[in-house]
Amino acid sequence: MSSVISVENLSKKYIIGHQKQERYTSLRDVLTDGAKRFTHKLTHPFAAPENDPTHEEFWALKDVSFDIQQGDRVGIIGRNGAGKSTLLKILSRITEPTSGRVSIKGRVASLLEVGTGFHPELTGRENIFLNGAILGMSKVEIKSKFDEIVAFAEVEKFLDTPVKRYSSGMYVRLAFAVAAHLEPEILIVDEVLAVGDAQFQKKCLGKMEEVSTQGGRTVLFVSHQMGSIIQFCNKALLLHKGEVVETGSVAQVVNNYMNLSSQNMGRFLVEATSLRKDICIVAAQSYDSEGNPAVNFTHNQEIVIEITCKINRWVKGTEVRISVRDSKRNVFTTDTELIAQEGQPPGELRVKAVIPAGLLRPEEYFFKLAVYLPNQIIFDIVEDALSVTVMDGGSKYAASEGLDYGCVFVDCKWSIDNSSSSSLSITQE
Amino acid sequence: MSTSQSVLILEAGRAERHYWRDLWRYRELFFFLAWRDILVRYKQTVIGIVWALGRPLITMMVFTLVFSKLAKLPSEGVPYPILVFAALLPWQFFASAFSGAGDSLISNAGMISKVYFPRLVIPASAVIVSFVDFLISGIILVGLMIWYGFAPNLRMLTLPLFIFVAFAAAMGAGLWISALNVKYRDFRIIVPFVVQFGLYVSPVGFSSSIVPEQWRLLYSLNPMVGVIDGFRWAILGGNTQLYWPGFLLSLFLVVVILVTGIVYFRKTEKTFADVI
Repeated sequence: MSSVISVENLSKKYIIGHQKQERYTSLRDVLTDGAKRFTHKLTHPFAAPENDPTHEEFWALKDVSFDIQQGDRVGIIGRNGAGKSTLLKILSRITEPTSGRVSIKGRVASLLEVGTGFHPELTGRENIFLNGAILGMSKVEIKSKFDEIVAFAEVEKFLDTPVKRYSSGMYVRLAFAVAAHLEPEILIVDEVLAVGDAQFQKKCLGKMEEVSTQGGRTVLFVSHQMGSIIQFCNKALLLHKGEVVETGSVAQVVNNYMNLSSQNMGRFLVEATSLRKDICIVAAQSYDSEGNPAVNFTHNQEIVIEITCKINRWVKGTEVRISVRDSKRNVFTTDTELIAQEGQPPGELRVKAVIPAGLLRPEEYFFKLAVYLPNQIIFDIVEDALSVTVMDGGSKYAASEGLDYGCVFVDCKWSIDNSSSSSLSITQE
Repeated sequence: MSTSQSVLILEAGRAERHYWRDLWRYRELFFFLAWRDILVRYKQTVIGIVWALGRPLITMMVFTLVFSKLAKLPSEGVPYPILVFAALLPWQFFASAFSGAGDSLISNAGMISKVYFPRLVIPASAVIVSFVDFLISGIILVGLMIWYGFAPNLRMLTLPLFIFVAFAAAMGAGLWISALNVKYRDFRIIVPFVVQFGLYVSPVGFSSSIVPEQWRLLYSLNPMVGVIDGFRWAILGGNTQLYWPGFLLSLFLVVVILVTGIVYFRKTEKTFADVI
């Protein structure tokens, strides 16, 4: 075993502009700024360089070092903005680091987005060749794998149809199929599987696993779905605010990530990039029964969860789902509600769910939110979007606080019959 | 796989050793991208590729009408349409390559921020697309020559050389403008202006022999003057003269533009994904 990727003190700095709205520089600004700086230098030759208040440095990665061995399947985890995508972009040579050094042994293929370079006007067949070439395959290579790609994507019938007429599922399948048939020594995959349906995700993970175990290839995989990470990876790397917090076995790192991510709770807001989905969850907040934002509740209070969805396109049959987990990561309840009404203009939708008082035992709870079309598409899924703490508000178990006595209050119907034999019956309400 | 043993080092500001080898490895991508652009351009059009012939033909007719019939400019003893078309060919190639390459990086922004490949492929394939148009319009020239019964002489054999110079000029200018455009979108506005303006300051509708002798060298500071004069010299044959000092000056400028274009492009290339 030798290390195929070795990263030493890698840093990446971005300059973020404040006031200025435009993303690109205009020539006029460069010229006027240059002139200003020049005259300033002439008049104050010994002054320290000015600190430009409109520009701020932002370190997307700070002093990151790690090694990856051949054949490892490494999950890279961290919250939004932790630097995962920046790291992948540097490793796949899209952008260069500000300082530090990376050495990579072998051919790298990266899949940071499904269907990069697909052209809607071209047919499926044409796009396979184009996309393959963009990802670095030769024409001969593509030709030899063509049938395999088509079979994997299940689009035989539509090969000569422009992909603009494809369903979104077919589009994603075709795009992934091309990338999955690359044969690099190192495969870098950003969160691209989240767009497909569950069955397809499984197929893709299977394919990636096959690539890695049979070919001895190294895979770097970013996902927010801890389930996929645990299933697929054997190692994990945890990033937080641009720094490596931990590397190690997947179970241990994921566990620590959960603890880290539970520190910032009660309210969740999404970053702007996922807003392009048809439906996405943009915010969530927990309230008490009076409508005040809250994260701490007593057991005899109602817990109100409000989820804000941004709807770019109404899809009939869409459901929203809340799953509740305890601190041991056991999901112990899930509830769903139909939200999609057809034919409305795009907009925001607020969904409220009330968890009845006197149900949850004192504990810390985590909410996983999802919007999806049953058995077809997951539009958006947010692990640990919220957490609330339920405290004992004077129940009959208050004395045993801190002891493990379960997750839910069940008001049992007790009956005690002490006439002849001491039998006990419990009925759930 | 032979590449499996090579170690790739990524460091800030490090010049990439394998750049030109990579470019060779991605050579097929040039053609795939060019092929895509040509294919897409004529999808859902009724007359398809005929458009590639129609545009230069109509431009040629208008120029002949304006410069020959109305302005009564001299034709150097060749049919005026052929005089115009011999210049229109390289000019249109340059103009469309220049504006095509200028927009190429921005319209492929998605690819640039998600996949690695030598970025040079993108503007280069835009130039190739224009080159294909150039070859197609070449058919019109052949047609015109047959129509007017105009036979070229042996100088025609030097034409590939001048095509090469035109290609270098288009590539050099294309690399400059595409790299500048990524950072300074001002050039989006400048490009159409340069193309329109260039048509009038270059000897497209008229022969450069009408420029007074003492101004010829200055006039050749426009590198397209040398390219167009070279085309006319090769195609029209006969008593057409090439003004050598001017041609060499233009040639020198083409080389300067190409070399500095490559250097500037290579220097800014690594930041494209961050600023695009």
